[in-house]
Amino acid sequence: MDPLALALIELGAVVFALGLLARLAGRISMSPIPLYLLGGLIFGAGGLVDLSGVREFSHLAGEIGVILLLLLLGLEYTAKELFTGLRRSWQAGVVDAILNLAPGVGIALLLGWGPIGAIVLGGVTYVSSSGIVAKVITDLGRLGNRETPTILSILVFEDLAMAIYLPILTATLAGVSWFGGLQTVAISLAVITVVLVVALRFGNQVSRAVHSENSEVFLLNVMGLALLVAGLASAMQVSAAVGAFMLGIAISGTTAHLASRLLEPLRDLFAAIFFVAFGLNTDPRSIPPVLGWALLLAVVTSLTKIGTGWWAAARAGIGIPGRARAGVQLIPRGEFSIVIAGLAVTSGAVSSDLAALATTYVLLMAVIGPLGARFVDPAMRSIQSLRRSRSARKEATAPIP
Amino acid sequence: MNVEETELPGFGVRKDFMTQSGRRIGVVTHRDGETELIISTWDDPDSCQASIPLTGDEATALGNLLGSQRIVMQLTEEHKEVPGIVTRQFTILPDSPYRDQPMGRASIRTRTGVSIVAIMREGEVVPSPGPDVVLRRGDLVVAVGTEEGLEQTATILRNG
Repeated sequence: MDPLALALIELGAVVFALGLLARLAGRISMSPIPLYLLGGLIFGAGGLVDLSGVREFSHLAGEIGVILLLLLLGLEYTAKELFTGLRRSWQAGVVDAILNLAPGVGIALLLGWGPIGAIVLGGVTYVSSSGIVAKVITDLGRLGNRETPTILSILVFEDLAMAIYLPILTATLAGVSWFGGLQTVAISLAVITVVLVVALRFGNQVSRAVHSENSEVFLLNVMGLALLVAGLASAMQVSAAVGAFMLGIAISGTTAHLASRLLEPLRDLFAAIFFVAFGLNTDPRSIPPVLGWALLLAVVTSLTKIGTGWWAAARAGIGIPGRARAGVQLIPRGEFSIVIAGLAVTSGAVSSDLAALATTYVLLMAVIGPLGARFVDPAMRSIQSLRRSRSARKEATAPIP
Repeated sequence: MNVEETELPGFGVRKDFMTQSGRRIGVVTHRDGETELIISTWDDPDSCQASIPLTGDEATALGNLLGSQRIVMQLTEEHKEVPGIVTRQFTILPDSPYRDQPMGRASIRTRTGVSIVAIMREGEVVPSPGPDVVLRRGDLVVAVGTEEGLEQTATILRNG
């Protein structure tokens, strides 16, 4: 068959299958990300069907997916929110980083993946999925809850931390020397500061520059600018994703709102292809050997996130059930973990087992997290009533003086 | 009253306060202008028993209801001394003949002896409205008069 025809048929089949998976995910009200990854595993190398025609396209489309994911994340925040969030939650953010980087780093070193593997796996276990967490909060009607601002400001901190972590990761993966690494970090810190200041002071001008009443012009403006900025950032080794994130922050107000509404369908399409592409490149046969480690990592990093949320919520003066909710709602890992693992795998600087471990880990966490969030309230209630009845029994059996 | 305002990065703003009965009540305003009414649960003031999405009209109506309640209470308190004088409120329905008409056209005071002391509109009070104030759909008209006069006023505002 003509290779173009073959590629179109394969791509169509994959996208159609993704639609079915997304519908299934919606029906059981869970995030579609784990299903996309599973889909990729099934279609990919060593899976049931081997699709080679779409490999090239899915690679570039996946990159665009990452850029769009980060651009829309940036569009959701205003620079002011980032500043206040940072001021309010930096302690919680630091605790979160230490507690959740550690398990990934530890296991990578234990498996002998070296310092690069440690940086990668640490990042994978560190970042919660802001997409999944936000969805869980709205689905369960917890937006008005008192612990929600605590959760959201930890997510803000993580997203900003990514703007520093991703350039470090890109530089390390590219095999840049210590000095060169420091240089990229310095560049990215300078870029972040400049962008935040520009966004605070001249946010309106930036927004006006891309804005247009014509939605076609507007779409092309924003999309073109995003790819340009991402490409330039990538050339400076500051990571394409971070460039897109910063552009998103710089655009604000109604323009940001309109842009995210316009780009959302594009993001959904390209991000889905990104997750599938990641799954496509992972051999399902490499999963069973790392399954035990993934389970261990899942248990440990669930506990560390619960600890983080519990501590942060307690500091904000929230009661015990709220602390439990805050902790459990931080558990999901998703798009960021896959972005990090994806960067590492494409660079070829890490063992292929890492991709398998990251996939399995995200599959577990993206399912455990939302489920846990749903059951944390009834669980806490039954624990409390158990305690109450036990203390009541104690009182009853106590001898009357 | 201490209304707490909390930013919800990526979503919008939450404004709420603690009632004397120990429940938290407030609104979440989304970035795109949507409003949600939130009410906390009994046993855990941190979590919400209900978060009810409200359209613009509904939020205005609720604001009017709550706002007018206070005015009515004040007026009732003031007229307690005068026997036979009652305070009541009427909503201008979409099919009222005086909708979008100046209030004077209904000539309520001449026909029933009732005086209209205030109009609640979009959460704000129009105190002692003159005859040329135009009545809008959803307005709450606060009226003072005899029981009988108020009955007549209700009929006039509904049917003309």
